[in-house]
Amino acid sequence: MRRRVAVTGLGVVAPGGKGVKAFWELLTSGRTATRPISLFDAEGFRSRIAAECDFDAAAAGLGPAEVARMDRYVQFAVAAADEAWRQAELDVADPWRLSVCMGSAVGGTTRLERDYVATSHAGREWLVDASLASPFLCRALSPASLAAEVADRVGARGAVRTVSTGCTAGLDAVGHAARLIEEGRADVVIAGASESPISPIAVACFDAIRATSTRNHDPEHAARPFDRDRDGFVLGEGAAVLVLEESAHARRRGAVVHAEVAGFATRSNAHHMTGLTAEGVEMAEAVRHALAQARLGIDDVDYINAHGSGTRQNDRHETAAFRRVFGARAYQVPVSSIKSMIGHSLGAVGSIELVACVLALVHGVVPPTANLDTPDPECDLDYVPHTARERDLRAVLSVGSGFGGFQSAVALTGVRRP
Amino acid sequence: MKAVVTGLGVIAPSGIGVERFWPAVRDGHVALATVRRYEPNPYPVRVVGEVRGFGPDGWVDPRVVVQTDRFTHFAVAATTMALDDAGLDPATVPPFGFGVVTASYAGGVEFGQREIERLWDGGPEHVGPYQSIAWFYAASTGQVSIGNGLRGPSGVLVADEAGGLDVFAVADGELCRGASAMVVGGTEAPFCPFSMCCQLGLGLLSTNEDPATAYLPFTAHAAGFAPAEGGAMLVVEDERAASDRGANARAVIAGYGSTYTGTRCFDRSAEGLLRAAETALADSDLDAGDVDVVFLDALADQRADAAEAEALRLLFGDRTDRVPVTAPKSGYGRCYAGAAVLDVATAVLAIEHGAVPPTPGVHDCRFDLDLVTGTARRADIRSALVLSRGQHGGNSALVLRRPDPITRGGE
Repeated sequence: MRRRVAVTGLGVVAPGGKGVKAFWELLTSGRTATRPISLFDAEGFRSRIAAECDFDAAAAGLGPAEVARMDRYVQFAVAAADEAWRQAELDVADPWRLSVCMGSAVGGTTRLERDYVATSHAGREWLVDASLASPFLCRALSPASLAAEVADRVGARGAVRTVSTGCTAGLDAVGHAARLIEEGRADVVIAGASESPISPIAVACFDAIRATSTRNHDPEHAARPFDRDRDGFVLGEGAAVLVLEESAHARRRGAVVHAEVAGFATRSNAHHMTGLTAEGVEMAEAVRHALAQARLGIDDVDYINAHGSGTRQNDRHETAAFRRVFGARAYQVPVSSIKSMIGHSLGAVGSIELVACVLALVHGVVPPTANLDTPDPECDLDYVPHTARERDLRAVLSVGSGFGGFQSAVALTGVRRP
Repeated sequence: MKAVVTGLGVIAPSGIGVERFWPAVRDGHVALATVRRYEPNPYPVRVVGEVRGFGPDGWVDPRVVVQTDRFTHFAVAATTMALDDAGLDPATVPPFGFGVVTASYAGGVEFGQREIERLWDGGPEHVGPYQSIAWFYAASTGQVSIGNGLRGPSGVLVADEAGGLDVFAVADGELCRGASAMVVGGTEAPFCPFSMCCQLGLGLLSTNEDPATAYLPFTAHAAGFAPAEGGAMLVVEDERAASDRGANARAVIAGYGSTYTGTRCFDRSAEGLLRAAETALADSDLDAGDVDVVFLDALADQRADAAEAEALRLLFGDRTDRVPVTAPKSGYGRCYAGAAVLDVATAVLAIEHGAVPPTPGVHDCRFDLDLVTGTARRADIRSALVLSRGQHGGNSALVLRRPDPITRGGE
C-alpha cells in the first residue's frame, strides 16, 4: 500500500505580516509588501528595494540567547516551525520517526558578511581575531544548522536534512520530505525553507547580473511578473514550514488534514547556470512527472502557482512549459505569481508558495498576480491580474526554477481530491 | 535499494585519481602537512590535508574556471574521472535519466570571500558577475549537470559530514523512481582565511603542529581532527541499467539509515549512530553479524570517539573486538561533506581488493576495538558499513555489499 503524505500544519513568516492569517490576508487583498531596503544602507546599489519581514524575535518567542545564536533566517524558520507545530497539535510518540527537511539557497551569508566586516576592519585589512567574530560564526558557514535548530525545537531524532538547490530549495525540501514518508523512513516530517538574503553582498551580486528590478522610485509596483514593463525580480526574505504526516498516521489521531503532497519531480536544463531556454522542456518534464506521481491528469489541475520571478526570460520560459504540458487546457487554468506581492526570497519562496497553495485549496481562492497591468504579448495565459478569485480547487501545481538549471514541480491535492 | 557503483573519481590529499589514492591509503601514508593555501601565522591550525599538484587546467573548461570556486573544480574533475572509470557516455543514457546529487559544507567560500572583499574595498560595482553562481552550495551540481549534459533529477544537501552519505540515499530514491544513472558525491575547498576563521569556532580542529601526530582518533592523544580539501564523485546506476549495458557493478548500495541527536551532543551520538546502523542493515536485509568491516567517522574528540566505540559495542556485542574497523582519513584529514564520500569510495576499493586499509599514525587504540593499524589487512569483504556524523548532530550509516549474493546461515 502506497504511503500518502498529508499536510497537517502550516507556519509562515513573510513580508507583509507574520503568521498564516496575516500572510493569507495580504495575498488575497492583492497588496504588495515591496519597499525601500531598510536592513542596510543601500545607497550606491543599483537595486535598492526589497520585500522585508517586520520580524520581532521576542514576540516570536525567541530569547536573547537564541537570537544571538541563530542567524536571521534561522529565527524565521523556528518561528514558522513553532506556528506549524502548534497547529498540527502533534504529540509524537516516537521521536526517531520524526524528521526535518529544510531548504535554503544562501544560508548564513548575512552573518558571514557581517562577521567578515567585523574581523577585517570593514574590509580594509584582513586580520583574524576570533573575539571580533560571533562565537556562532561556524554555524553560518554551513546551513546544516538551519534544520538542526528546527529539529531541536520539536525534538526530532529521525533524519534531519538541509536542501540547498538554489531557488528551487523551498520546493525540493518539501519534495524530499514527502519522499522520507513515502519510502517509510519517517512518519512525520517538518518541512520548509528559510532565507534572509537582504545584505550588501547578495544585493550586489544580483546587481552585477542585472537580475533585480531598479524601479527604486516605485517599490510597491516593482515586482511585475508577466507584465510588459517588468524589469527583474525584487529580492525578498521569509520562511515557511509545513508539517507533513503519513496519511494513515494523521487519520488515526483525528488530525485536520489541509491537503496532500501528491507528487514531486525535479529536472535540470543542463543549459546555463542562470539562463533559461525559450521552450521550457525541462520544466514541462518535471511537471509531467509530478502529475504522474500524483496520478493527476491535466484536466484535474485547477490552479498553477507560477515561479513568476518577473524576469522576461523566466516568464516566457514557464509560459512555454505550461503550454507544452497542458495544451489548450493551459488557457483555462488560472496561473499566478505571489512574488508580485512578497518578492523573491530565493530558497525560501518555494515553501512559502506551497503554503499559499494549501491555503488556496482550503479556502477555494486563487491569489492574484499584483501589478499585472499590461501583459507581455508572449505571455498569453490567465495570470489572475490584481484581484483574487474564488474557485473550487481540487488539485494545484507549484513550480520553481533555480540558478544551476534546476526545474521543480510539486502537485498538491485538496481533501476533495479529483 | 537498487543502486550499484560503477565508477569512482577521487581527488584527495592522498592522491588525485584512484590509481594514486588507493596505494597511498592501502599503505597507510600520511598526507597531512603544514598548510600552504593560507598564511598560517595568525591561525592555531597548521596541519591540514591539501590536494597538491591539482590545477583545473585540462579538467575544467577555461571559461568555467573563472566562474567557479576550487570546490567546483574538484567536483567537475572528479566527475570526469568517475564517468571515465564507469565507461559511461552520458549521451547514451535516456534524456532526463541521468542526474547529479552533491553534498556541500562550505560551498564556494574562497570565491565568496574574494567578492566580499571587493564589495567592501571598492563598492557594489566591483562585485563580479559570477558571485551569484560560484559561492552558493548548488554550484557544483549545476556545473556538473551543464558540463555533462545531465538533465535528470538533481539535488544538493548541506548536512555537514553526514550529508556525504545522505546523498547516496537521495540518488537511490531517484533510481527507484525511474532514473538510470546518477553522479553522486561531494567535494570541499575550505582553505581560505575567512573560512578558517569560521571553522575555528567548531572547537574540533587539531592545533597539533606535527603532521605525524595531529589527527589520532581513538587514542589517548586524540585532540581534534585535521581539516582537509578534496572529495569524491561516484557514478551509481540502476542495477538493471548497468547490467543491460554490460557494466561492471563494483558494489551495491544496499542500505541507509540516518538519525539526529543534537548539535555537538556527541555523548548522545552513540544511540544515534547505533540506530542509523541498525536501520541501514535492516534496509540491506543484513544483520550486524554480516558486517565485515566498518569505516569510522573518527572525529578524534575524546567524547565523540567514546560514543562511536560505544555504538559499535552496542551493535556488535561480544563480537566487537573481532570486527575490523578503520579510519583511513587519519592519513589525509577530514574534508567535511567530502569525507564520507571518500570513505564510500575507499570501501568500494577495499571490497574489490580484499583489503582493509589501516588507520595511519594510530598505534594505541584506547578502546576494545579491532582497529586496523600499520598496513592493510587481507580480508574477504562482502559487506562494509560506513558511518558518518555531522557537527550539527546528524548520524548516518550506509551499507555497501559486494555484488555477489550472500549465502545466509552457512558461515
